[in-house]
Amino acid sequence: MNGKPQAVGPSVGRFFTNPPARVVHHDVHVINWGDRLFYLATRALAICVIVLVVLLALDLFRGAWEAIGQFGLKFLVGTTWDPVARQFGTLPTIIGTLVKAFIGLLLAVPISIGSAVFIAFYVPKWLRPMISYPVELLAGIPSIVFGLWGLFVMVPVIRAVQIWLKANFGWFFLFNGPAVYGVGVLAGSVILAIMIIPIITAISRDILLTVPRPQIEGMLALGATKWEAIWKVALPYARVGLFGAVILGLGRAIGETMAVTMVGGNSFDLIHSLFDPVHSMASQIASEFTEATYNLYVSSLIYVGLVLFGITMIISLCAQFLIWRLSKGRVAVFE
Amino acid sequence: MDALKLETRSQRYLFRKATERFAQIGMVLCTAVTVFFLLTILGYVIYHGASAIDWEFLTALPLPAGETGGGIANALVGSVLVVAVATLMAIPIGLGAAIFINEFPSARLGRTVRFLAEVLTGVPSIVVGLFAYALVVRSMGSFSGFSGSVAYAFIMIPIILITSHEAFRLVPSSLREASLALGVPKWRTILGVVLPVSSRALLTGAVLAVSRALGEAAPMLFTAFGNPFWNLNLKKPIATVPLLIYTYATGPYDDWHKKAWAASFVLMMVVLFTSVLTRAFLRGKSHE
Repeated sequence: MNGKPQAVGPSVGRFFTNPPARVVHHDVHVINWGDRLFYLATRALAICVIVLVVLLALDLFRGAWEAIGQFGLKFLVGTTWDPVARQFGTLPTIIGTLVKAFIGLLLAVPISIGSAVFIAFYVPKWLRPMISYPVELLAGIPSIVFGLWGLFVMVPVIRAVQIWLKANFGWFFLFNGPAVYGVGVLAGSVILAIMIIPIITAISRDILLTVPRPQIEGMLALGATKWEAIWKVALPYARVGLFGAVILGLGRAIGETMAVTMVGGNSFDLIHSLFDPVHSMASQIASEFTEATYNLYVSSLIYVGLVLFGITMIISLCAQFLIWRLSKGRVAVFE
Repeated sequence: MDALKLETRSQRYLFRKATERFAQIGMVLCTAVTVFFLLTILGYVIYHGASAIDWEFLTALPLPAGETGGGIANALVGSVLVVAVATLMAIPIGLGAAIFINEFPSARLGRTVRFLAEVLTGVPSIVVGLFAYALVVRSMGSFSGFSGSVAYAFIMIPIILITSHEAFRLVPSSLREASLALGVPKWRTILGVVLPVSSRALLTGAVLAVSRALGEAAPMLFTAFGNPFWNLNLKKPIATVPLLIYTYATGPYDDWHKKAWAASFVLMMVVLFTSVLTRAFLRGKSHE
């Protein structure tokens, strides 16, 4: 399928009826206008995608320009977010976002990889869809539904756990916070973990299934148990791809908005414990944007969006690169 | 001496067996946890939602805050309208670009576009909302249903593009060559052979994109904005279901919370339905 596209049709069609030499001579002058037009149209649509991405970046920059001019890079290390005093700094929310995402990842990764190994190697092939289908279904639930469930079902449970932890282990600095809110870093992390488990599981399973069977069978033939074969052969073989899946999960966790807005507890202060309520960058934008009354305020929020965009872009690029390198673009990210 | 060796060997054997057992139990637990979360979330939404849903909820307009009763008809229609317009924008771009990538292989452009599409799927939906705000809301001067459609389209394009590209990849090139050998021009080969052959997978991708968009609330916060009244005008603020769930869930009234569960139930049913549908489609294909 290489070469000039518009020349393929006619030349193949005439190859059998005319002497080749003359055909080549004639075809140089024949232009198939239908093909030409179709080619240009689809090409334009493809370019459209590139234009959209450029537009996205430019628009964010333009929107954030006023705040960039006012605060520069100090915006990223400033700790006050005070709309009344026109002072904006977003370090607490950046830290809040990263901490929630990493704790979420810490909870999600063992469960996801465990589930993926189980689905890929232990479940018989005919039973596999019955177990992996619920996981994929979980990935399809809208974020807002997770938020609703988290707010009314999970937060009361978390609150009870926090109060118990504080009463018994309150001397430990991580547990020495305002336990009675329920919403906060811990609740945000747990909901993020629940949301990214299906994503990491689905991709890891696809990657583990690409491990060549003979590699594992060779290990089994040497007398290894199944777990030894997985631990010493399958997982090391797939480690790059698995890492990519985890990074992809991290990207989702950092950009996640609605559920975190609802259970993360929305405060602008630096966190000191697991129970402190704190904004994520996304929840900060979500809850403040419609209340932003003057241009610099709006611009600062778009600046936060730009930073968020930058962070998720870097993460997403890493993940794509790792997964792509392993599978050569054969792994479906959508399930 | 021999007996000792034998003993350590069997101990080691037992240890390895125990590790195997232990690992198996661990993995079963992991999978159980995942499935457990799905079932509890599903269970709660069905339990709270199904009891709050009735004919009035689906067909009436919202009542003033604090009054019991009323429904979400305007948000249901609004969601469908906004997503429909978004689909009309996203399908030509996503499908056209996918055709270009697969059928007119080019050294750089095609690969760049595919790569950008993959990257676009990682853009947080709230950032997409900011983009639509800066692009459409600012220039039009007010929140509008149309700006919501632009945001949704931006979320849908990469999904449609990637699923369509994967679908085209699976079309055997012998089919294309057979058509070309009959003298059919390339553009008619693509429209008349490649598209129909992959139509199931294309439809699956589109349905997936639509169901993803239907559940997104974040980009609607400052684009479609929400509206307690009946509105079909895309130039004005319009109510959508996911945003309504957010407003009602974070509001102070018990009746609102009930409505949030019921609206979530409606959303979940849509997601479940599309998921089962796409699955049936793909399975039907593998049987052919």
